[in-house]
Amino acid sequence: MTNEKMALVLFSGTVDKLMAAGIMTSGAVAMGMDVDIFATFWGEAALRKDMAATNQRMSKDFEDMAPMFMKAMAAKKIPSWLETLKTAKGTGNVKVHLCSMTMEIVGWKKEDFVDIVDDVVGVGSFVDMAKDADFTLFI
Amino acid sequence: MDEVQLRHLKTHVVDARGGACPGPLLETKKALTGVPVGDILETLSSDEGTKADIPVWARKTGQEYLGTVTDSGYDHIYVRRLK
Repeated sequence: MTNEKMALVLFSGTVDKLMAAGIMTSGAVAMGMDVDIFATFWGEAALRKDMAATNQRMSKDFEDMAPMFMKAMAAKKIPSWLETLKTAKGTGNVKVHLCSMTMEIVGWKKEDFVDIVDDVVGVGSFVDMAKDADFTLFI
Repeated sequence: MDEVQLRHLKTHVVDARGGACPGPLLETKKALTGVPVGDILETLSSDEGTKADIPVWARKTGQEYLGTVTDSGYDHIYVRRLK
């Protein structure tokens, strides 16, 4: 039997939205679903090793609340979005796909990325994955 | 099951208190694989959403949700492993 599936386009690279993607992914895994993540543009940039280590960007629309939020998350020892994704991947069937177009534009290589990344695909492959998913999110 | 029955169950306990959603649900899912079929897993959780999520998860994955007891600011959530 094939599992149910969530497909997720990870376009954004701010910490708040990366957290939302991580939590949705681990929630889907907890509910027994497979997950296909297609990382593109800033979502893909955030998955670079150098960015993952340093990126503290938050959404502009609520930037006044960002310091309070970051402090509260640290105080409650909320795992980082990357830790959350790693845990989800270790628990269920989560695949992280990099968008080949973004990589080609800026000249990134797969080895520049954190180790949760599975492969590099074109948008056609992802659309095909999303077609077979039960729902698709765009974050 | 009523609260008295739930409190007297012999259970395997997973302590997920302090974890934020969906941490306790994930810990429940992981812990259940170590529970023999027919036995009961008791999840301790202080996350408000988890007591709503575990019954849904149990129904979806074919396990039996038995009930929840709340005291001292956290929940005891009981699930029998059916498969």
